[in-house]
Amino acid sequence: MWQQIVFWLCAAGAVASGVAVFRVDSMARATFALLASFVFAAVTVLLVDLAYLGVLVLLMMIMEMVIMVLFMVMYMMNPAGLMPMTMVHNQKGALGISAGTFAVLTAVVYLVDWPSSGAARPADPAHALGEAIMGSKMLVMIVVGLALFATIVTTVVLATHRGRYDRYGDRLDRRSPDDPVRGGVGR
Amino acid sequence: MVEQAPWWSALLLPVVLAAFAVAAAMFGSVLTARTAGTAPGVAAAAPLRSAAGLLVRQRRSTLAADALLWRAAGVVLLLAGVLASLVTPLGRWSVGDLPVGVVWFNAMEVVAWAAVWLAGWGGNSAFGLSGGYRFVAQGVCYELPHMFALTTAAIGAGSLRVADIVAAQQQLWFVVWMPVAFAVFLLTVAAMAFWPPFDHPLGLDVAGGAASELSGVDRLVFLAGRWALLVSGSGMAVALFLGGGSGPLLPGWLWSVLKTAAVLAALVWAGRRLPTVRMERFAEVAWLVLIPATLVQALIVSIVVVAR
Amino acid sequence: MSVQDYLLFAAALFSVGLYGALSQQSIVMIMMGLELMLNAVIVGAAAFWYFSSPRQADGQVLVLIAVTVMAVEMAAGFAVTTAVFRARDVDMTDMTADLKG
Repeated sequence: MWQQIVFWLCAAGAVASGVAVFRVDSMARATFALLASFVFAAVTVLLVDLAYLGVLVLLMMIMEMVIMVLFMVMYMMNPAGLMPMTMVHNQKGALGISAGTFAVLTAVVYLVDWPSSGAARPADPAHALGEAIMGSKMLVMIVVGLALFATIVTTVVLATHRGRYDRYGDRLDRRSPDDPVRGGVGR
Repeated sequence: MVEQAPWWSALLLPVVLAAFAVAAAMFGSVLTARTAGTAPGVAAAAPLRSAAGLLVRQRRSTLAADALLWRAAGVVLLLAGVLASLVTPLGRWSVGDLPVGVVWFNAMEVVAWAAVWLAGWGGNSAFGLSGGYRFVAQGVCYELPHMFALTTAAIGAGSLRVADIVAAQQQLWFVVWMPVAFAVFLLTVAAMAFWPPFDHPLGLDVAGGAASELSGVDRLVFLAGRWALLVSGSGMAVALFLGGGSGPLLPGWLWSVLKTAAVLAALVWAGRRLPTVRMERFAEVAWLVLIPATLVQALIVSIVVVAR
Repeated sequence: MSVQDYLLFAAALFSVGLYGALSQQSIVMIMMGLELMLNAVIVGAAAFWYFSSPRQADGQVLVLIAVTVMAVEMAAGFAVTTAVFRARDVDMTDMTADLKG
């Protein structure tokens, strides 16, 4: 019974704070509203016995949102929302499309006869997950690792404005790189 | 071994953390008095006096502050410090022995990122915000070595449950065969609690950084949250690397208390002896030295676990 | 709780995210909408694992993939925003419609 109550409270909280993301003026508040939405959703994941994945989502999302808020403040014209303004296009269309999507999805949710399983749930889902990604689903783990590595390289290449010629000179013959910020390793 | 304590122990947890924090603050204050050559007796009460002073002082307000997020910052930081200790055992008892205790501990610590940034942002002050940015920059440096240190202990025990990790150290404490992970863990706990030498986010060069505009009760709650993080980090260091409550003669809870106090005292003492590390220096050290070191440590531990 | 409740919740999250992704002009705000949509995937996958096939870990693996996709999406999105902003001082999608057919 208490699970029902917690689930519906969290579901309502997640959707409400999700809506708040696009309603508030302050970018910091928008980002932390999104974080609240993630935290509520993570609680519903915890409710279905997925302790590891629920806490992992919590951990990831806090880190992501703090990074996100930095970029929000950096790129938005009006980060603190002191001068309210709207930056939207085709709002009516977007509203219609998303309402339509919600209607269709809801119809599917209630019309389809979802399979249910009476099979016993594993005692330790995290262990089952570990066995899967290191066994039958190892390809997933390999691809995820490669994708993350490719992302690291790509994002650094895209985001940095200094290349190796800036650091090591036009002939790449400088012995120590010329960086605007000296690091701590003493190069 | 470690077992779930009854529910009311959750109410005792903040009390225990506060006792550790006050004792450590007094210790630091006495050390200061000894250096300055003033009476240690008076200095021991100084933290309590300044806490009482903050409690009665009126809040300062700033123009166009984001009051909601600003007030939330201190409360969230304190809450995170207390919740992180939920899984830390004291001798035989643990308030909440979660099956994913190590991940839970890490998730609660990361909350500090959001809390410190919010404390800097909320006050609508340039110094405060740059302090908040400094902490996030420091965060992306300490977090990965910290995670790998936690992972190493979990690999050694083959479990994410803190009780299992303590039980796996019956014969040999993890600090003996994971010294690098232990050292990195202590270092990153100090960085996480922006404790000196990693107190650049509260640096004097930016007029107190993230806490510059905090005053009165807000400041007290924020600083208490910082202490809670430091104490919970020390407690976790004991559980993960120093055998938890195991030891001869004395009961388990007393060993836990003694070891935690020793780690905490070492952190407080080291913080007073070392100069502040700027985050851009720490960044390169963290990524080029600490992460490879912890990875090699994790690899060695994994090989030992598989081979044994 | 039933699988329908969870899917209804996921559908609501997805629709809110879709609205944000379609209506916002700022690239950063669009990414927030995308994150909400991916969050719906996490909720849906967790529910399917619990109610439909707890014996196989497929649902859990899908959650893991969704979390990874979120991280990649955010990193790549911010890198592109940074590159565009650096090149033209622009952070809105309407001003970067060069590839529009």
